[in-house]
Amino acid sequence: MNLSKVSQVALAVLFSSGASFAADVAPGDVKFQDLAVTTSLTGVPGNPEEGASVFKDRKLGNCLACHANSSMKSELFHGDVAPTVDGAADRWKPEELRAIVTDSKQVFGSETVMPGFYSLNVGVNVREDLVGKTILTAQQVEDVVAYLATLKE
Amino acid sequence: MKKISLAIAIAATAVSGLAFHASAEPVDEQLFIDGQEMISRAPAPEGHPFDEVLSGWLFREAETRAAEADSFANPGMLDVERGEEIWATVEGSAGKSCASCHNDAAETMKGVGARFPKWDADAKRPIDIELQIDKCRVDNMGAEAYKFDADEQKALTAYIKHQSLGMPVKLDLSEGEMQSWWDKGKDVYYTRTGQLNLSCASCHEASMGKYIRADHLSQGQVNGFPTYRFNTGGLVSIQNRFRGCIRDTRAEMPKAFSDELLALEVYVTWRGTGLSVETPAVRQ
Ligand code: HEC
Ligand code: HEC
Repeated sequence: MNLSKVSQVALAVLFSSGASFAADVAPGDVKFQDLAVTTSLTGVPGNPEEGASVFKDRKLGNCLACHANSSMKSELFHGDVAPTVDGAADRWKPEELRAIVTDSKQVFGSETVMPGFYSLNVGVNVREDLVGKTILTAQQVEDVVAYLATLKE
Repeated sequence: MKKISLAIAIAATAVSGLAFHASAEPVDEQLFIDGQEMISRAPAPEGHPFDEVLSGWLFREAETRAAEADSFANPGMLDVERGEEIWATVEGSAGKSCASCHNDAAETMKGVGARFPKWDADAKRPIDIELQIDKCRVDNMGAEAYKFDADEQKALTAYIKHQSLGMPVKLDLSEGEMQSWWDKGKDVYYTRTGQLNLSCASCHEASMGKYIRADHLSQGQVNGFPTYRFNTGGLVSIQNRFRGCIRDTRAEMPKAFSDELLALEVYVTWRGTGLSVETPAVRQ
């Protein structure tokens, strides 16, 4: 492979990942102000239905591990490590929910047990294949936030 | 092996009105194994974050608790019997078994399960029962050390610990450098690991008594190890459990018997000071 071929490949890789995430704010660049993140992480409105499945999915948000949620009664087990998310939208504005899901430590302090779902401020010895990766993608965070915004009592 | 009858004295059964789980409280019951009373609640040693240390038995479902209270119902007792056979089996170039040197385990091993890990002057580090077994195999029997979590290692460890059934856990931290290993273990306990950024304390201290999805979080005590797990149908060693919990934070798992995990075993064992040895405890 000659040099120009290599750079073509590199460009192609850059371009293809850039294409889907062009507008994403990088995890380190998210701006927290007054316990809120006012700018969308992607510029694409969140989809509440997608957000609901991210919320349940054990491999994605697994939010039910810690939070009970009355609107998901059909799911078998709900944890109670954390307060229920029932009525979350009555308590928090969407930009506050975005801050909580992106990096809960910015809102609740460093002692909270809630993971930061779009943050690289993580624990030591991260599993090798996850180094430098966030738990959720920027769009999944927007989807979850859109879902939480529907939780009114 | 004595196998008498099942006896659980039910003081009271706490029922709360929680939406998804019957009760978030550890049960208010007394554990008797074959009629012998276990200390499953003990005043915490000085410097402990809790006032009271609680056996993991108190956090399990009724059927699981009943299986531990009756040797006939406890499948882990089959492994203990297997351990008894291994105890008396000659292996290695010296032509010896454990029994050749230690005779009747019921006498010579009584108490051992309550005071390990202990300082090992030769190795200049604490050793747990598994490592003590390996030491005897290599130095005294001319046999090989067991592979981590070999069935024989788990069965023999369970047999030895079972000889201390009911005795309260108490480590001697004044021996050798035990105190500095305790300090290191404490650091490990409070260090957040992995992508989920959780420490042992996040689950077993800050969230103790809560449900994490289907699991009722206990204090993460080790007084019943190796434990029998119905899920996996076999004994689980202490170091295996530690590795599993660390893996669940999405972190790389430290090697079994590494300094990090041995220090953690010293510290976590101390956190259960005063609880009875319950080996083999039963878990779901
Ligand atoms: C390991 C536990 C854990 C997980 C997993 C978790 N959280 Fe939380 N969460 C907490 C805790 C604990 C709090 C309360 C703040 C505190 O005490 O630190 C909290 C607070 C919240 C709040 C504010 C609740 C309120 O109304 O007061 C929201 C909203 C929230 N979490 C959403 C989520 C979502 C969405 C997910 C999944 C994408 C999630 N959490 C996953 C532990 C968790
Ligand atoms: C993400 C949550 C979580 C973290 C972090 C965690 N554990 Fe656990 N651990 C559990 C769950 C769930 C169980 C099973 C229920 C129980 O026994 O508490 C468990 C069980 C245990 C047990 C078995 C207790 C028994 O009675 O059978 C021990 C010992 C233990 N953990 C130690 C640790 C140590 C040491 C660490 C840190 C290296 C740790 N855990 C970190 C969730 C966690």
